[in-house]
Amino acid sequence: MHFVFTPPGESAAGLLDLPWTEPLEEWDDERLVEIRQRGLSRHTVRFVAEGGAVYAMKELDARLARREYRLLRRLRELGLPAVEVIGVVVDRAGLDAILVTRFLDHSSSYRSLFANARYSHPTDRLLDALVELLVRLHLAGFMWGDCSLSNVLFRMDAGAFAAYLVDAETAELHPSLSEGQRGYDVSLARERIAGELFDLSAAGTLPSGVDPIDVADDTVRRYRALWDELTREEILHPDDQRYRIAERLRRINSLGFDVDEVELVDAGSSGARLRVRTRVAEPGHHRRILMARTGLDAQENQARRLLNDIAGYRGHLERVRGGPVPEVVASNTWLAEVYEPVIDAVPPGLRDRLDDVELFHEVLEHRWFLSEKSGRDVGTSAAARDYFASVLPTVPEDLTQTGRRPDPPS
Amino acid sequence: MAAITMKNIVKQYGDGFPAVNDVSLDVQDGEFMILVGPSGCGKSTLLRMIVGLEDITAGEMVIGDRVVNKVAPRERNLSMVFQNYALYPHLTVYENIAFPLRLAKTSNEEVQRRVNQTAELLELTEHLERKPANLSGGQRQRVAMGRAIVRQADAFLFDEPLSNLDAKLRGQMRTEISRLQRRLGVTTVYVTHDQTEAMTLGDRVAVLRRGVLQQVGSPRELYEEPVNLFVAGFIGSPSMNFLPASVDGSFLETPLGRFELRDERKIEAVGDRSVVLVGIRPEHFEDVSLVGEEKKARGSIVRAQVDVTEWLGNELYAYVPYEAPEDLAAQLRDLSRELDSDQLRTQAVVALDAASLISPGREAELWIDTTKVHIFDPATGDNLTRDEERVEQLGRMAEDSRAAQREAQRGPADDETGASVAES
Repeated sequence: MHFVFTPPGESAAGLLDLPWTEPLEEWDDERLVEIRQRGLSRHTVRFVAEGGAVYAMKELDARLARREYRLLRRLRELGLPAVEVIGVVVDRAGLDAILVTRFLDHSSSYRSLFANARYSHPTDRLLDALVELLVRLHLAGFMWGDCSLSNVLFRMDAGAFAAYLVDAETAELHPSLSEGQRGYDVSLARERIAGELFDLSAAGTLPSGVDPIDVADDTVRRYRALWDELTREEILHPDDQRYRIAERLRRINSLGFDVDEVELVDAGSSGARLRVRTRVAEPGHHRRILMARTGLDAQENQARRLLNDIAGYRGHLERVRGGPVPEVVASNTWLAEVYEPVIDAVPPGLRDRLDDVELFHEVLEHRWFLSEKSGRDVGTSAAARDYFASVLPTVPEDLTQTGRRPDPPS
Repeated sequence: MAAITMKNIVKQYGDGFPAVNDVSLDVQDGEFMILVGPSGCGKSTLLRMIVGLEDITAGEMVIGDRVVNKVAPRERNLSMVFQNYALYPHLTVYENIAFPLRLAKTSNEEVQRRVNQTAELLELTEHLERKPANLSGGQRQRVAMGRAIVRQADAFLFDEPLSNLDAKLRGQMRTEISRLQRRLGVTTVYVTHDQTEAMTLGDRVAVLRRGVLQQVGSPRELYEEPVNLFVAGFIGSPSMNFLPASVDGSFLETPLGRFELRDERKIEAVGDRSVVLVGIRPEHFEDVSLVGEEKKARGSIVRAQVDVTEWLGNELYAYVPYEAPEDLAAQLRDLSRELDSDQLRTQAVVALDAASLISPGREAELWIDTTKVHIFDPATGDNLTRDEERVEQLGRMAEDSRAAQREAQRGPADDETGASVAES
């Protein structure tokens, strides 16, 4: 037997004494956990909780396992949203290899999102997230070969979703993709999404009025629209060149992408041909700022939301103190006086329903909602109290998954 | 259905590396063609150019009577089988097969007709109302195949389809794919690095090396009449043994001993070369004590020191190390590496009758069937003794047996189902 682990391996050290010599199907270890509502898989997949994290174990042919291990590492290096691969266990006598990935904390599968009434029609937001992920992969030269709802986990992102790739078994990395490769990938996605929704429909968890074929076709339309926006060439008239370029860049930024290079090629009397090369950068300008200022790890929309709250709080501080307050001071004070008190006050039994940042985002939403209703600003602490009492308990327990055992009820 | 014709196909990447170099290959209508070779030989790239995933740098790809160089993958009407198939747990087998048709908004009537035909072909009729969880592994794979068949594609393409299955299922599926392909008569291109798959499945096998097509022929032709060292070494397991030999008139002096080439055609082929490589398949050796007098006269006898033996029940493998001049030994090591073989030493592997009492560490008398040996030019690797007449004969045999097999598979009872699924 042979373990290959990505350093730092400490987190994985606790996994070493799992019963690797037995078929995964037959494992009987107290650390095994069930993940409800997970996506479909061709292989045996089981989950292990160890040291506060959950790991996904997938049994598959050694050659494929090593390949997937390399690809997942590469995806992370490129800053593309994918699960973190921990290692691969090969040379198990007479058995296939096992690929070990870290289960994405506080993530949800499409099955749990559709099954939970809280998101009555998650379709739109799911597709947006999925299409954005696929476009990012394609820009980076990744052909997925198996884009589907099952092969993605979703994290909540201030009411929207962020999609993470969890299965790279069939993926291939190229310097860039041909039209044929992209087209093939998209038509596979169309087929898989339709199949998955037909399946939900047969299981009775697809909201009525959602037509699998329409949704699948819509995915293709969204993909084409986004790809086109990010990569299309256009002819610009000399008079409005500056304005049009700025507008195009703003649009690309607002879609969450960065522009790497802008190229203008003279196209004779009609003007210039604008070529835009969109960069595959880690999504998350705001994410990085929030991380630097507060140490909080958040999704992009969440980060934008929190930064707005920090900005508002800074204005408040400046009024109270009667003078300018540096950004770093404002951020730290906000963390200690606004954010942390809310998170610390979450009743123990409800702690794992949502990730902390999403929960804080919901408290802000709730504050806005209560303030609207009462015609005055109710303040964050009052909003939090009301939210813990009336909203959080309604978030289904199995909406997102973490590696922690459920808290005892308080 | 359609023939697939590749004319001088080249795939060159940005860095100038030719992944596929001037390949011309004709896959006949209904033929089962295997693309085989070690990793990096260009077999998958070639398949991807057929599918439309890779742009073609030069040459022409024709499917049916249409040049498809610029045609999008989904418009080529091909079916990649097993690639990322998924069975849906809440859908019945029927719906799992039907769903590509639903997606294409095919009428209910037509769906029913096609799914029923497909199920019959795959012997899934009585399982149509069941859920995938209640099926065996093999049945599930058949449902996945059903999804490919029901589309009525012009050709099936397989890219190492069995590599992610366990050994037992792999064997089952190999038989299943072969049976089904012959029954449907759909043009099929199948990529594999596994020479056992290549030999057992294909009507013809195309062997590639570093982007260049080496040889196309029936499995038997490749085995018996390889064009060069590479094909001779790649096809067959254990591999053909290559012994360096110096030529002395009609005699060959090999590390295992001296023997006579009693074949005018072969002697002539060697010409005035002083050094050659002699290729002998393991099974063309035998323990002398087990060879009858009449047969003995057809070959030659050598004495050799046996290093290790492996008794397998049905036969016995003996390993016979030998010395080779350094330059030839290095060349053989390179070849062995290229063939993905782990054999690092110069040793002959001989497969003897299981009744042999040869033991390791002793000298043994081995009979060689010299009528079966091939002689290769050490500089070019070309097979000097390939028998063109025999090649032609093998080609005709393969053609006849293909026709006969198809006739049998598509017996009159099948006309209703098999033929119409394939032909519409």
